[in-house]
Amino acid sequence: MKNIFKILYLTFILLAGTNQVNAAEKVELLKTDWSFKGIFGKFDRGSLQRGYQVYSEVCSSCHSMKYVSYRNLFEPGGPEFSEDQAKAIAANFEVTDGPNSDGEMFTRPAKLSDKFVMPFANVKAAQVANGGAYPPDMSVLAKARSGGVDYIYSVLLGYEDPPNGVALDEGVYYNKYMYGNNIKMSEPLSDGLVEYSDGTIASKEQMAKDVTTFLMWTAEPHLEARHKLGFKAILYLIILTILVYFSMKKIWSRIESEV
Amino acid sequence: MSDHEYVPKSKFGKWFNDRLPLLTLASHLTDYPTPKNLNYWWTFGGILTFCLITQIVTGLTLAMHYIAHADLAFESVEHIMRDVNYGWLIRYIHANGASMFFLAVYIHIFRSLFYGSYKSPREIIWIIGIIIYLLMMAAAFMGYVLPWGQMSFWGATVITNLFSAIPLVGEGIVNWLWGGYSVDNPTLTRFFTLHYLIPFLILGLVVLHIWALHIPGNNNPVGIDVKKPSKDTVPFHPYIVIKDGFALLMFTIVFAFFVFYSPNILGHADNYIEANPMVTPAHIVPEWYLLPFYAILRSVPDKLMGVVAMLSAILILAALPWLDTSKIRSAVFRPLYKQFYWILLADVLILGYVGAMPAEGLYLLIARVATAYYFIHFLIILPILGFKEKTLPLPLSITEPVLGGFPNTAIVKKKESLD
Repeated sequence: MKNIFKILYLTFILLAGTNQVNAAEKVELLKTDWSFKGIFGKFDRGSLQRGYQVYSEVCSSCHSMKYVSYRNLFEPGGPEFSEDQAKAIAANFEVTDGPNSDGEMFTRPAKLSDKFVMPFANVKAAQVANGGAYPPDMSVLAKARSGGVDYIYSVLLGYEDPPNGVALDEGVYYNKYMYGNNIKMSEPLSDGLVEYSDGTIASKEQMAKDVTTFLMWTAEPHLEARHKLGFKAILYLIILTILVYFSMKKIWSRIESEV
Repeated sequence: MSDHEYVPKSKFGKWFNDRLPLLTLASHLTDYPTPKNLNYWWTFGGILTFCLITQIVTGLTLAMHYIAHADLAFESVEHIMRDVNYGWLIRYIHANGASMFFLAVYIHIFRSLFYGSYKSPREIIWIIGIIIYLLMMAAAFMGYVLPWGQMSFWGATVITNLFSAIPLVGEGIVNWLWGGYSVDNPTLTRFFTLHYLIPFLILGLVVLHIWALHIPGNNNPVGIDVKKPSKDTVPFHPYIVIKDGFALLMFTIVFAFFVFYSPNILGHADNYIEANPMVTPAHIVPEWYLLPFYAILRSVPDKLMGVVAMLSAILILAALPWLDTSKIRSAVFRPLYKQFYWILLADVLILGYVGAMPAEGLYLLIARVATAYYFIHFLIILPILGFKEKTLPLPLSITEPVLGGFPNTAIVKKKESLD
């Protein structure tokens, strides 16, 4: 019995290992404390709200977020703005709707049910405006990079002068953590770039942490529900397993055999 | 089979059973005599049935919300993850369920290899099992294409391109598979159709697999024939039902841990990037459960021979009952085979590891040696071992492992205590 546990455990380590090995060739990523990691991990509401502010004031001029809706901003488990705040945020954006009864398309302020308005009409338009590079959609970005949130956090803080002998093309920047070290996005964050309404000092590290937390939420909007349900489900399973174990012992005690 | 004929008690039961003997079947399944020395490695059959049902149920639910279209598939998966009630849970169970399914099937296969369960009279069970395994790989591969992420698209491109290695008709076959001149919408819709179909084929084969099992009955850790029913056996219900249930619950705890706390660890990050035919990912890697075969494929320099080697690596298993010439089933009584068994297991794990690595330098060399050894094990070592190996004396029954002080008491005891 003990052996089975041991072998299963080793197998899982091995399985989990193969993916991590894939990422192991890169430099060590910067680490910070993420409140959403671990069995009881939850988002830090304040950090999510600040992160949204950084996204909307800094990132959203180039990066779309096309799978997230304005209503998500007040739903439980997210930044939990009030419904009125979320409505006010949505109303800042214009969306094309229609056709109306005259057969005409028209623009109107965005509603809670709309997806985040994209900064560019399409990928080509985004490329033209950004020197040929497409700023990736940020909806699931935190899951779409190996290294996840640590990687995004590191890239945001990884801008450096290129080492001697490394020549960079026009419009290309050196980043310690980016794959291939070349990035077409100029350093997006600098100390005091945004002014947080809750009084938090907007250092580069703070903003990087907040916006990365926000990106984790947009990638996994049900993370908190998942952690909560997981704890209950596993606890239930463990109790049931113990009960079934003793039932099994009882049943097998009727015959001369070990189980 | 129980030796007495089942007769329903009620009049209606008798009337019904004469016309459709479902009650006889239920009675057979309940009384089915099972060797009482089965260890926990034997619980994976039940676990696999659970995995199949889980995949079918979650899969049906996902299919209600998923849209099989190249422009909409990725978005519909995000819709499931965000807006469908508990969509995230259903999708994560389905995605991790595939990994759990393969984990269980590999344990099931290696249990069979250790205890010689594929040997006479169980060859048909084994061959049906290999067909199920092949279908599982096909279903898993096509399922991985459906979210239409980067790994989906490029994995599909790499794997379907393998068929172009077939001389003369290769190109034509690839275009036929794609439904066009590249992996595109027609490919996605047919993969979805087949991904929907295959699990039901597997379900049918599982019924045959179990039917074929119920003719000779279970093998057991000692590997000798057991008289049925006798004091060496227990009725399937309640003894095996509760034991399988206990093992299944343990398995479910591990499963749940993946689903709730690291649902993406077994997948590849690139699959959260929407498919883009213009951008090739840096490393195209299949899911972990296909890695050993991927390593074999890449270890052969010639494309056609690589495909042949990969297919042979799977199909060679179907010939195993005849390649293994030893009459003794359980490795417990085959000291040499036991060592080669562990070497083979290590070899397959090494192949899996190098399959995840770039095919160059030392990795390629290791992959080649490991591939060669894989075939040597089945084609040379096993046939010779059957003639050369000095096996240990077998006990007369599983309850009386030894008669008159044979020297193997310790071995049987030790084996049992391990479990």
